[in-house]
Amino acid sequence: MATASHRGGAPAGDGARTRSALYEDDAVSRPDRSDAGRSRPDHDGADKTMLRFITCGSVDDGKSTLIGRMLYDAGALFADQAAELEAEAGTAAGLDFASLVDGLTAEREQGITIDVAYRYFATERRKFVVADTPGHEQYTRNMVTGASTADLAVILVDARKGVLTQTRRHSRLVSLIGIRRIVLAVNKMDLIGYDRTVFERIVAEYRTLAAPLELDAVVAIPLSGLTGANVVHRSEAMSWYSGPTLLEHLDQVPVVATDHATTAFRMPVQWVNRPDQDFRGFAGTVVAGTIHPGDPVRVMPSGRASRVARIVTADGDLPRATAGAAVTLVLADAVDCSRGDVIAAAGDPSAVADRFAATLVWLADAPLVPGRGYLVKLGTATAGASVRPPDHVVDVNTGTQHAAATLALNDIGAVEIALDRALAFEAYADNVDLGGFILIDRTTNATVAAGMITGALRRAENVHWQSIEIGRDARARQKGQSPRVLWFTGLSGAGKSTIANLVERKLHAIGRHSFLLDGDNIRHGLNRDLGFSAADRAENIRRVGEVARLMADAGLIVLSAFISPFRADRDAVRALIPHGEFLEVFVNTSLSDAEARDTKGLYAKARRGEIADFTGISSPYEEPTAPEIRVDTTRETAEAAAERIVERVIGVWSHDL
Amino acid sequence: MPVSPHFQRLEAESIHILREVVAEAERPVMLYSVGKDSAVMLHLARKAFYPAVPPFPLLHVDTTWKFRDMYALRDRAAAEAGMPLIVHRNPDALAAGINPFDHGARHTDLWKTEGLKQALDQHGFDAAFGGARRDEEKSRAKERVFSFRSAKHGWDPRAQRPELWRLYNARHAPGESIRVFPLSNWTELDIWQYIAAESIEVVPLYLAAPRPTVVRDGTILMVDDARFRLGPGETPVERHIRFRTLGCYPLTGAVESRADTLAAVVAEMQVTTTSERQGRTIDRDAVGSMERKKREGYF
Repeated sequence: MATASHRGGAPAGDGARTRSALYEDDAVSRPDRSDAGRSRPDHDGADKTMLRFITCGSVDDGKSTLIGRMLYDAGALFADQAAELEAEAGTAAGLDFASLVDGLTAEREQGITIDVAYRYFATERRKFVVADTPGHEQYTRNMVTGASTADLAVILVDARKGVLTQTRRHSRLVSLIGIRRIVLAVNKMDLIGYDRTVFERIVAEYRTLAAPLELDAVVAIPLSGLTGANVVHRSEAMSWYSGPTLLEHLDQVPVVATDHATTAFRMPVQWVNRPDQDFRGFAGTVVAGTIHPGDPVRVMPSGRASRVARIVTADGDLPRATAGAAVTLVLADAVDCSRGDVIAAAGDPSAVADRFAATLVWLADAPLVPGRGYLVKLGTATAGASVRPPDHVVDVNTGTQHAAATLALNDIGAVEIALDRALAFEAYADNVDLGGFILIDRTTNATVAAGMITGALRRAENVHWQSIEIGRDARARQKGQSPRVLWFTGLSGAGKSTIANLVERKLHAIGRHSFLLDGDNIRHGLNRDLGFSAADRAENIRRVGEVARLMADAGLIVLSAFISPFRADRDAVRALIPHGEFLEVFVNTSLSDAEARDTKGLYAKARRGEIADFTGISSPYEEPTAPEIRVDTTRETAEAAAERIVERVIGVWSHDL
Repeated sequence: MPVSPHFQRLEAESIHILREVVAEAERPVMLYSVGKDSAVMLHLARKAFYPAVPPFPLLHVDTTWKFRDMYALRDRAAAEAGMPLIVHRNPDALAAGINPFDHGARHTDLWKTEGLKQALDQHGFDAAFGGARRDEEKSRAKERVFSFRSAKHGWDPRAQRPELWRLYNARHAPGESIRVFPLSNWTELDIWQYIAAESIEVVPLYLAAPRPTVVRDGTILMVDDARFRLGPGETPVERHIRFRTLGCYPLTGAVESRADTLAAVVAEMQVTTTSERQGRTIDRDAVGSMERKKREGYF
């Protein structure tokens, strides 16, 4: 029923500004204004969007009062809640709006907000989830909890006090969590006589502080939670203010989070659904991109490839699923895939790493112990982790960085984290779900830190990354391998190139970085000026040897397939390469076998005297006396020989095995 | 499949939570109270694990004083879902004849709070889904989606784990357990709109009908069976009523209403001026009573 051409026809004027279309039918079956007569029973809830926002401010900025006032004036309170409010206030002086949201006994006793309170209300356009977060520094962790799921932040400032240290801290945390939409609510305007110049001074000061934090979408509103001025209703006392009231703004601000629908597909696997032998599905929430049946995917971190066969839901298979949808994918192949893996677009799969640079917000009373074993939960994967001493700690009030040996409660620091296995990930700035993680204490099971990945660290960088010189070891470590030169030698037609090609394919398949030098890519270019005289043959091998050395210095596993008949030339190359990295592979076959095979017809030409200096006919071949590897093509297939060579290379010689 | 972006977001969030628990807990269970929230939660569970049957049992902590219609739907809904149903009745409360007429608050403490603890301990459940929503009550509004309970089932509101993004830390020590609320971010109106949109079966008592009632202290009570103790001179009067929440029938207040279809209930919800818990006499004992109950192990 749904076709792509309908998507452009999604109604623009119905107030339904969707964050992303989760399902194919979304845009087409949502009724627009002209359709209103045929609305479903739940029509009034159907077209609404949802905005999640937090409120933050210093102690006594009047945050809870403001929310209470907004709920009250917006008609979002039930009569019995209002009655309870009046009963609790117990005075005729006015309603205690704060008691509406400070729900814990300890909070009411102390008159402060300790934990995040979630409140729900709706207007004709929107449903709202408000997370009222504590202002006190001691409860930063609770503020971070509230901010992590918010689309927008309302930052309160007391008009009498202006921008305070806490305002800076809240703004920095909000920026760190990635909220870009800010409302600067200058509260208690009634107490400064609704003075426009004071308001403007505070706004100017705030903009200076917000700019470096990339909080560019700041809307400033002068208001009073106590009197209700500019909260829901406009205030006569501030006729100089022409902008929206707080609720008007919240009702209309576009909810544009990062548009995950257009980025590459990602779905962390939560649970493998296997009710019987005939069904195996991978349940998860799509966190980026769009998927269709038939799309090629890779299971990360293994990289195994398959295709999506079906997108299963209880409401029927879908033709398409987009970021935000909870679905079950069936893949076309029986690939190994389990909880913690990420199913990703094959053409643009997730990065994989076991070391990260990250920003940590420390949430526990007990400080970080560098080097100690923690657990990281990232997406749906949990892995063992250890944290290096912080590179620096950020002063959340000023933004300055200073050195520290550890992280204490509410500290924010830049750290490096090493995992006990590689995980698929994204930078937090690109994807919250695959870039945000928590750190868990293995003993208490407490969530001790919130982390945001800034990037992967490569092996070479993790130990001495400031001081390291980029040498051949560094290059090799970066590739996770040891350089090798596999020097294939033997008669023409012995099978050197065939075996070398097989070896290179096998190395490539297991992620090793290699390069094959053979007559075709050398004789036609670098060495096209050389002939086949003994001197030219020596020069040919010398140049090939030098190229092999450069490539080995670059960290590669180099395969060379040349007849290289003279022992002295081969030994000269061996001398160029660091001890142990040169492996001579003698591909041995009898002259009669090689001549009988004669795939290129060269032996026949040589016998007819058409080729001078042909090895084995008119020029000698000096067999290696002690090759590292010997292959007898009369007893071993090329495939078996290649397998044996690969085992030798990665099994014995690789530094990481 | 929900059509609105709002319900897609709510539904996907709940399904994500249900799956996380099943993936990480050892022995999960779903508290099934037969009310509208339980009905939605069960519906979402069936979606989350489709085509498999949700891989956990349903647990009904019975007080023997629920409405008759609730018992009927309970057994039918469990059978339809293909899930095992565990019914637990606190044997101590049964032996002592605890009832809402003679024992007041003790009725709830013994049948519900103690009964729940007994059932969780007896079966070794380490994670229990509950249908509570944050919009119900102030201390609920402060509770995390994953709410940790000590080995004695106590809740410490000041030691709640930070809960970031969609990452839920379900790790716990042996003996400790988690109460998980997949409907945390749903409102009462959301529940009704979703029930209507998804054609979820609910107890008929949510729809208005003429029913035998008495009025006590301003609360309309339904005379559901012969155990209801009528006062001197008290006679049941037929009124058009429906319920916004369902619990033990002698403790559950009804509202007068003519809303006899789901559409009419939704319409009524949108203009209502009272909160649903007003109908629950147990929540009004004292300011902070819900927080106190939760600290003691109530859901």
